[in-house]
Amino acid sequence: MRRRQEPGSCVDNPTMLETEGSPLLDQSTLLDQSTISAVLTAGMEDGADFAEIFVEDRQSISAMLDDGRVEELASGRDRGAGIRVVTGETTGFAHTADLSVESLTNAARTAAAGARGGAGKASSVSASPQSTASRTLPRILPENVDKADKVALLKAAEDAARSENQAISQVTARYADSRRRIQVANTDGVHSADDQVRTMFSVSTVASGDTGMQTGRESVGHTIGFELFSETDVAELGRNAAQRAITKLAARPAPSGEMTVVIGPGGGGVMFHEACGHGLEADLVAKGASVFAGRVGEKVASELVTLVDDGTMDGEWGHTAIDDEGLTVRRNVLIKDGVLMDYMWDGLRARSEGRKSSGNGRRQSYRHLPMVRMTNTYLLAGDSEPADIVADTESGVYVAHLGGGQVNTATGDFVFGMTEAYLIEDGKITAPLREGNLIGNGPAVLANIDAVGNDFAMGAPGTCGKDGQGVPVGDGVPTLRVHGLTIGGTAT
Amino acid sequence: MPAQVTHLGQGVNVTKPGNEQELLTVAQDLVDAAVGGEQVEVIVSRGESTTVKVHSGEVESLTSAGTAAAGIRVIRDGRLGFASCGTLDPTVLTETLESARDNCRFAEQDDYNGLAEADGVGVVPQDLWSDSVLSMTADHKVSLALDLERQVIGLDSRVSAARTTSYGDGWGQAALASTNGISRVGSEASCSIGTQPLAKQDDETQMGWGSDASRDPDSLDLQKVATEAVERATKLLGATKPSSARVPILLEPRLAVTLLGMVAGMLSAEAVQKGRSPFADRLGEQIGSELLTLVDDPTRSESLGAEEWDGEGLACRSNPLLKAGVLEMFLHDSTTARRAGLRSTGSAVRAVRGLPTPGPQLLVMEPGETLGPEMLSGVSQGLAVESFAGIHSGVNPVSGDFSVGADGVMIRDGELAEPVRELTIASTIQRLLLGVIRVADDFEWLPGGSGACSVLIDDVSVSGS
Repeated sequence: MRRRQEPGSCVDNPTMLETEGSPLLDQSTLLDQSTISAVLTAGMEDGADFAEIFVEDRQSISAMLDDGRVEELASGRDRGAGIRVVTGETTGFAHTADLSVESLTNAARTAAAGARGGAGKASSVSASPQSTASRTLPRILPENVDKADKVALLKAAEDAARSENQAISQVTARYADSRRRIQVANTDGVHSADDQVRTMFSVSTVASGDTGMQTGRESVGHTIGFELFSETDVAELGRNAAQRAITKLAARPAPSGEMTVVIGPGGGGVMFHEACGHGLEADLVAKGASVFAGRVGEKVASELVTLVDDGTMDGEWGHTAIDDEGLTVRRNVLIKDGVLMDYMWDGLRARSEGRKSSGNGRRQSYRHLPMVRMTNTYLLAGDSEPADIVADTESGVYVAHLGGGQVNTATGDFVFGMTEAYLIEDGKITAPLREGNLIGNGPAVLANIDAVGNDFAMGAPGTCGKDGQGVPVGDGVPTLRVHGLTIGGTAT
Repeated sequence: MPAQVTHLGQGVNVTKPGNEQELLTVAQDLVDAAVGGEQVEVIVSRGESTTVKVHSGEVESLTSAGTAAAGIRVIRDGRLGFASCGTLDPTVLTETLESARDNCRFAEQDDYNGLAEADGVGVVPQDLWSDSVLSMTADHKVSLALDLERQVIGLDSRVSAARTTSYGDGWGQAALASTNGISRVGSEASCSIGTQPLAKQDDETQMGWGSDASRDPDSLDLQKVATEAVERATKLLGATKPSSARVPILLEPRLAVTLLGMVAGMLSAEAVQKGRSPFADRLGEQIGSELLTLVDDPTRSESLGAEEWDGEGLACRSNPLLKAGVLEMFLHDSTTARRAGLRSTGSAVRAVRGLPTPGPQLLVMEPGETLGPEMLSGVSQGLAVESFAGIHSGVNPVSGDFSVGADGVMIRDGELAEPVRELTIASTIQRLLLGVIRVADDFEWLPGGSGACSVLIDDVSVSGS
């Protein structure tokens, strides 16, 4: 049977309870202190420098409407622990879905065997008391919401999209929520826990016309509960997704070649994620696989660029209270006024450099080793009036909405897709353009940003993939202008 | 979608692979719990894998993974519910069945919903197992990875490191049972190696890659992987941005199948029936060059991607998609087939933890007649593509719009010339298919399982400065 990649990490699930004031989230630990101690001791018994246990209990639910019908409700349940043992430069890792002491200590010994060869010291370990990171609690746990209420949202979004225009020939709406409880303890004295609730909704449309078919998509996702829908009108999402497809029916082929590009607020955070975010991950830097290696303290971007990675942004898609190595997340300024301040770090990389982690150690699940990952990455607003930025652009492309992207961190070359874009002619936004990719080189593009607006918006929820692991990330930008991106269109 | 070799495998503490019959019983017992009026399908899987990553002559990490999963589909009154879990714990499995049941109360009725029915098509037996993978010691795995890294670093003075070099292996077992009497079980094992060398020259760094996969660790071709990976890393050194032009592009077998995999995805009956395929009304018509013949055929034993049964437990079979460029068929699972009044083509693709949908399983191109070295002859200007970037954001499977980033080597007067990067390639899937002007005779089975040849496609927009 051909395997499809298992469903990604940005979705999830089921049951709930009431609200207001009282702590909704379960603060109880997944594993007790004596189990944790036994596991860490087993990991260290042959001599090792570091042992860690990561426990995860995850529930998710998703519902999908397609082709005029609520097609399916799917729920998932996953629970297990991953144990990491480090000796010298070698990491051993094993995981198990069985949370019994016996199974966990076996996994710890397997991990220790994997890390053998280094010269650590045998020791017994007692787990530190657990600290629970403070965070804003979801007001309405999705698991306490009737499934019928979730399904009703799908119908509302579909109705709105189809009513928008007769050219809308197909609508898909998807609802997903998840709850991920984690507990992390290690021999450095970290012992903490988090309870992460995410809710998301998306609408995709197809519009059919004389020129063929075009698509539109809108999505919203936050690290909050079902209260998402008191702030978000799913009908409006449906109408916007419909409008995006309709607009493109009349779109002309995108131009080809180097252009000036104005990116709208919220639409283009993925550009920074690709242009420099990945290149500032310390694991890639250490291996010489980043164009930003060895450049801390140097000017790497236009002085208009101040770039932040911020796991603390309450409610945003990439927000958590702790990272997946148990450290409280932080707001890290990566580039300040164009100067590279620091990379992003996880525990392993930080330890080998004798410094502190920046709280960027993340993993897809207990089955994965943590590595350096972004959280919410955004460009701070500047001084320019957004309208002036467009008016000052004689010719170019206005990108209202970007799709996904990809980067080769070794060269810095990156691409990202534009899913809603227009020509700029004589300082005015004019004809809609068909989809296309843009390509640029990170350091060159960062240097060629010559206007940053005084507006700002976060973009759509994303899943960032690296070495086969997907984690939820957010991004945001003000309006900005950049020169020298190459647009992959067919118009000549 | 190009087939992915799943690395299910053996841990450091070698445990004996599970008993197939025992796994099938886990699935069957849940199916037996079905009550009147409901259809139940259960798929369960388990496996173990090891991954060794090395860097600078040291073991960077050694991961031992044991995984298990179950997916349960319940259909009642035409309503579909699904639930999955990451364990075979009996209590959790029972809860998962309950969740699937509960979920189907909220879906809307679709009379075409239903599980696959046995269709009498016999399975083409495959030998997917490998004792040699399971008998590998941890030390041997580590030494293979270290050996590969050494070879990579010794080949070219500009390559002194690799981002990662790894060896991975594993075994996996899956069983499927349903109230329609379908009952399947199978096991597989395989191993792979891979590396990402970094080539440096002055201030520039380029990253290459190479990989191989097999059911026999001894037949992994380290030398070939190292040579190819280093070549890929070094050949782009000094690459510049080309000027924009409309030229022919050469896609090596790996990239040809990337393109054809997208086409095959658009031939899924799911996309066709829901009005999302640009080829929906083109059956029997010429949608591609006469040089293109493509079959989706998981029964090809010589491929590492061979399979016996699909995601609903029906026998895999050979499905001709394009014959000399003419669209022959769409790919169906049992639900889309029922809707179309046809029989399933055995093309249900799924993750254990997801629902099946029709899609390509193992694409095989028919070799062309152009000798490899003659692919470039007479091409005054063109681009030999080395890699695509942004396929997921740059190809729209509904409109067919195609715009991706790329790098490669220019073709000038029939010869490979200077390397280029930071460019985009734009067209539509429809035009690319029709634009194929040469198919090479260089057929090869790729590590991912597909079988493909190089193609030359005329008149493609390459954008640079």
